[in-house]
Amino acid sequence: MIYLIAAIKGLVLILLLLFAFAYLTWGMRRGLARFQVRLGPNRVGPLGLLQPIADAVKAIFKEDISVAKADRFVYWLAPVISFTFALAAFAVIPLGPEGSLFGLDPWVADLDVGILYIFAVAELAVYGIFLSGWASGSKYSLMGGMRSAAGLVGYELALGVALLGPVLVVGSLSLRDIVDWQGQYGWLIVWQFPAFIVYFIAALAEMGRTPFDFVEAEQELVGGFSTEYNSMKFVAFYMAELLHWITASALIPTLFLGGWHAPFGLPEVPILWLFVKWLVFIFLVMWIWASWFRTRYDVMIRFAWGVLFPVALAWFLATAYWVASKGGAV
Amino acid sequence: MSVFALAKAMGITLKHLFSKPVTIPYPSAPVPLKPRFHGRHVLTRHPDGLEKCIGCSLCAAACPAYAIYVEPAENDPEHPVSAGERYAKVYEINMLRCIFCGLCEEACPTGAIVLGNEFELADYVYSDFVYGKEDLLVDTVGSKPQRREAQVTGKPLKLGFEVPYVRPELEGVKYE
Repeated sequence: MIYLIAAIKGLVLILLLLFAFAYLTWGMRRGLARFQVRLGPNRVGPLGLLQPIADAVKAIFKEDISVAKADRFVYWLAPVISFTFALAAFAVIPLGPEGSLFGLDPWVADLDVGILYIFAVAELAVYGIFLSGWASGSKYSLMGGMRSAAGLVGYELALGVALLGPVLVVGSLSLRDIVDWQGQYGWLIVWQFPAFIVYFIAALAEMGRTPFDFVEAEQELVGGFSTEYNSMKFVAFYMAELLHWITASALIPTLFLGGWHAPFGLPEVPILWLFVKWLVFIFLVMWIWASWFRTRYDVMIRFAWGVLFPVALAWFLATAYWVASKGGAV
Repeated sequence: MSVFALAKAMGITLKHLFSKPVTIPYPSAPVPLKPRFHGRHVLTRHPDGLEKCIGCSLCAAACPAYAIYVEPAENDPEHPVSAGERYAKVYEINMLRCIFCGLCEEACPTGAIVLGNEFELADYVYSDFVYGKEDLLVDTVGSKPQRREAQVTGKPLKLGFEVPYVRPELEGVKYE
């Protein structure tokens, strides 16, 4: 019975995520268009709201081309890896307090090592990107995949070390414990502001968004790792990319902004407040996307190793000292 | 790298987020045209109703695309068609050849041929792109396909632009 409920919750979550993906493509195109003083897609349905459906139909009926020089098996496997693990990461994010979803717990899995799980899954998703870059048998794809692998060793360290501070303060790797702690002692963004900044920047790199979208880099690499992909295989990559964005936009509030807790003493409504915070981060990433340049990937790696990592490490040591001098977490 | 420059960039984009989009949703909203727009030609008339064109073929000579064909005829002194000795019996412009350069307008000694504002000329059959006198004279509004559609559907002819000014060369042209 427990497994059945978990399976159903997982299925519902996947459907919700796919729905969020579909309408994020619409919201993203409309939003970016408004940033550029354009209108965006507004022809299909009222306000262009049926555009994702039209896009889906188009993608499904497109001819599915496999490149002759590609390594067939890996070429097919790469989008599946990307897409699967991008979907899986959301499972441990708590959307509300225990039993707030019609008597059920509003999360799919409650892991003691939630943060480790998210790291593991998000990094496996990157495998899809550089496997596709290698398997496509194309120069552009290879360079995109190589950049993604090179970028990974840059930002991943900062991403991990930045979270050590909050984990030390809370004394748990479970996302539920982190959210509960924030409900009791205040948001971690106040306690751990440098960690938040480092984590946010590294998360931008992880989801491959401006200013770190050198993996795709349409202007230089045509489409980077996804150059040789079309039809549903391309959609799988696109989904993975946007799902990273969706997951990170829910994960950052969970880790630093009190999760599902209401801000500023407003009434607690499960799911709603996390949704609001999620929207804020979706918008913030889109805003950055509309405003900034793209860094060269060597510049990004130098920045990650030379600035982000030392800052994260120094902050972690300071936090560790503070926790140790108090004789335990808070 | 300056954090202030990044913040400034985000300020600029935020300002544009709240400004009105410059996009004109063309088929559903009219396009405001610029005063010197080169559109479909119009054969104008004098205020007394006589055609300005005297069939001199200077426009055809000036045309770099050889798009104009003029066949002149002598005016009947009792019932003149134009203000001169001769008039254009046949006046044809091939809209597929025309490059809308406006040299015909410059060459015309009487100011008869003027480039107007209509631009919705897309059609299906090659021969339908040859516009005769009946398609070009001032009283005709709309291109051939537009007039055909209005006739078939019975709906009023809808032009996809608006002209916020009056050009004196386009004497007697009313876009309604």
